[in-house]
Amino acid sequence: MSDHHNEPFWRKYIFSVDHKIIGIQYGITSLLFLLFGFTLMLVMRWNIANPGQAVPFIGGLLSEEGMLTPDRYNSFGAMHGTIMVFLGVVPLAVGAFGNYVVPIQVGAPDMAFPKLNMASYWVYFVGGVIMLSSFFMPQGTASSGWTMYAPLASIANTGETIWLISMLFLITSSLLGSANIIVTVVQLRAPGLTWMRLPFFVWTQFITSFLLLLAFPPLQAAAIFQFMDRVFGTSFFLPSGLYVGGEVLNVAGGGTPLLWQHLFWFLAHPEVYVLILPALGIVAEILANNSRKPLWGYRSMVYSGIFLGFMSFVVWAHHMFLTGMGTTMAAFFQTTTMIISIPSVIILSSLFISLWGGSIRFNTPMLFALGFLPMFGIGGLTGLPLGLASADIHLHDTYYVIGHFHYVVAPGTIFALIAGIYYWFPKVTGRKTNELLGKIHFYGSLVFMNGIFFPMFFQGLAGVSRRLYDGGETYLHAQGAIQYNDFMAFSSQMLFLFQLFFIYNLIYSLFKGEKSSSNPWDATTLEWGAAPSPPLPHLNFKEIPNVYRSAYDYSSPDALNKGVDFIPQNKKIEKA
Amino acid sequence: MEVPYTVKPRLDTGLYNSKLGIWLFLASEVMLFGALFSSYILLRAAAPSWYAGPDVLNVPIGTLNTLILIISSVTILLSWTSIRLNDLKKYKLYMGATIFLGALFLFIKVYFEYLPKIDHGHIPSENNFYATYYTITGLHAIHIIGGLIVNLYFLGPGLKMYNKEPERFCNRIETAGLYWHFVDIVWIFLFPTIYLLPGS
Repeated sequence: MSDHHNEPFWRKYIFSVDHKIIGIQYGITSLLFLLFGFTLMLVMRWNIANPGQAVPFIGGLLSEEGMLTPDRYNSFGAMHGTIMVFLGVVPLAVGAFGNYVVPIQVGAPDMAFPKLNMASYWVYFVGGVIMLSSFFMPQGTASSGWTMYAPLASIANTGETIWLISMLFLITSSLLGSANIIVTVVQLRAPGLTWMRLPFFVWTQFITSFLLLLAFPPLQAAAIFQFMDRVFGTSFFLPSGLYVGGEVLNVAGGGTPLLWQHLFWFLAHPEVYVLILPALGIVAEILANNSRKPLWGYRSMVYSGIFLGFMSFVVWAHHMFLTGMGTTMAAFFQTTTMIISIPSVIILSSLFISLWGGSIRFNTPMLFALGFLPMFGIGGLTGLPLGLASADIHLHDTYYVIGHFHYVVAPGTIFALIAGIYYWFPKVTGRKTNELLGKIHFYGSLVFMNGIFFPMFFQGLAGVSRRLYDGGETYLHAQGAIQYNDFMAFSSQMLFLFQLFFIYNLIYSLFKGEKSSSNPWDATTLEWGAAPSPPLPHLNFKEIPNVYRSAYDYSSPDALNKGVDFIPQNKKIEKA
Repeated sequence: MEVPYTVKPRLDTGLYNSKLGIWLFLASEVMLFGALFSSYILLRAAAPSWYAGPDVLNVPIGTLNTLILIISSVTILLSWTSIRLNDLKKYKLYMGATIFLGALFLFIKVYFEYLPKIDHGHIPSENNFYATYYTITGLHAIHIIGGLIVNLYFLGPGLKMYNKEPERFCNRIETAGLYWHFVDIVWIFLFPTIYLLPGS
């Protein structure tokens, strides 16, 4: 044990095999990527409100005139999506929280494969650097949208090849990470920690890991095909007789662009649940803890989560209703899409009912978790019309879609992730965050997140398309809806301002925050009940805990008899 | 405190960690090759015409390669049983044979299939038949190379572990063997699909 403390700096903090350090590395890297992706969006939003005008402050970086050029706009759009999804939210949800919290919550000394874990982070890091490097390429980054639809992406500039190479790294990283989490949960659960005693967060990470493990390889296959198309001149995604710039493209042809969409969405739909499941897990932990009640319907939540995982593999073509698929196919995929909404609703309802009759503590993590519920609800419910083929014909590729999935991911998942950061901050650093700054951060973010995304529904219903450089200014039918653009740009700037409170809070609390006990939230799960704050390097616990009860033993008669309202999972109570 | 169940299986799951790990890895590999095969089906179904495998590919060489891989599957299994019986000499023999057969497969593939075809101008961009042929068999070949590197490691520097932790070393050979079998099975699906199916 003592030799761990004598490790050199680079071994302890850089190339560490300790899951906690790796989790923190993932967390910091992905938060920086989130900030970067957010900055791209700020510039784009500014341009949509003031098309073609010089961007203040950073205009000099964009072009000589200081304006965002249409090419750059496309590039920023593609990179915003890619960075937010593949380099920001997923690494934060699975890489950071999965790595840091899961082993401690299951009572394990580390992940099952510590060296693979380190490899997973560094492969992700290299993938991220490759992705960013394309900003410095002469032809710029990939710019065919984050979905990289063929055939446009197959004939686009070299940034697209860089995107594909980077994705191969990111896919490898998530493969290593997800296999690691599954083995950890299956093999390293502490004695007495049966499946139905697992915290819901562990369940969500477990299901998410299966989705990553099984859904990413098809995208890998697609990326390899597109790489072959671009580098070796094959025609997997290039149909015969494709005109580019007025001339027939000189390739063999015979391929089908739809194949890319199938392979892409076969990953990208489960990816949606990769984004949302860990968020639901985090919210469940925080709600149960701060309403001082067990989760309502824990079992049905678990089974819904598993069902959700299975169903997420058979809904992908609802992204493709407009590709000319037959009505039979459309009927199948809209039916599965309606079915998959049921388990999501079960989980969300259970979370709402868990609040009923609780004595709720409104601290910062709880506020973000409570904010998550209606935001995710709006995101989910607005998705239903998109899942029906006939309604989707009108709404497809409009701002309505953008509003829908941003409600799921931005005020949804990202709120939950921020809640998780506030919740586990005392565990990771041994210090508490500042409550006042946290509350300012919450209310500001809540108001301005909605300020950005809610008008998108109006715009989308009016028929304004996504990905328009000028935000719809030159389109007659959009004239009634583009007056919101100024307000949305203002909201995005204000949202940025309120994130400064968050950044300041994290840095300030890291050094000057109030010292925290090992269990400041009076929580029951193992990371609070059995491990010190921060947990011991390399082994987390003084000794592996035994588990005697469910993950949410709040306000039970046993506890109340002893004058407390919670019993940690590892605490044995002698029956009187 | 070490990570538990790295060597001994956990009682309620009956698995040691890396065995579960390799099965999960193979599951994701199934999805990768599943996507490749599905794409083959989709491309082929949409194509107006498609070569018959035997007309353009070298079926006798392909059959020989199939046999070589199947034999190598047997030898890696024998190397695992030998090391479990603490017969180091036989282990080295069979592991060496596996590596030799794997390398032979690659040699035949490159020297008698890829190079003559490229010489005749049959490159991936010619049409989607060759594109799928090169891409899928190429990815399979990369998997063979990966397996060869791992097996070479266990015959060379990795063998040191056998002196200190023989049981853990046995487990490593078992997982390496599982991977090698998987690569064989992929070829057993690939061979009839690409080499033998009639044209349309």
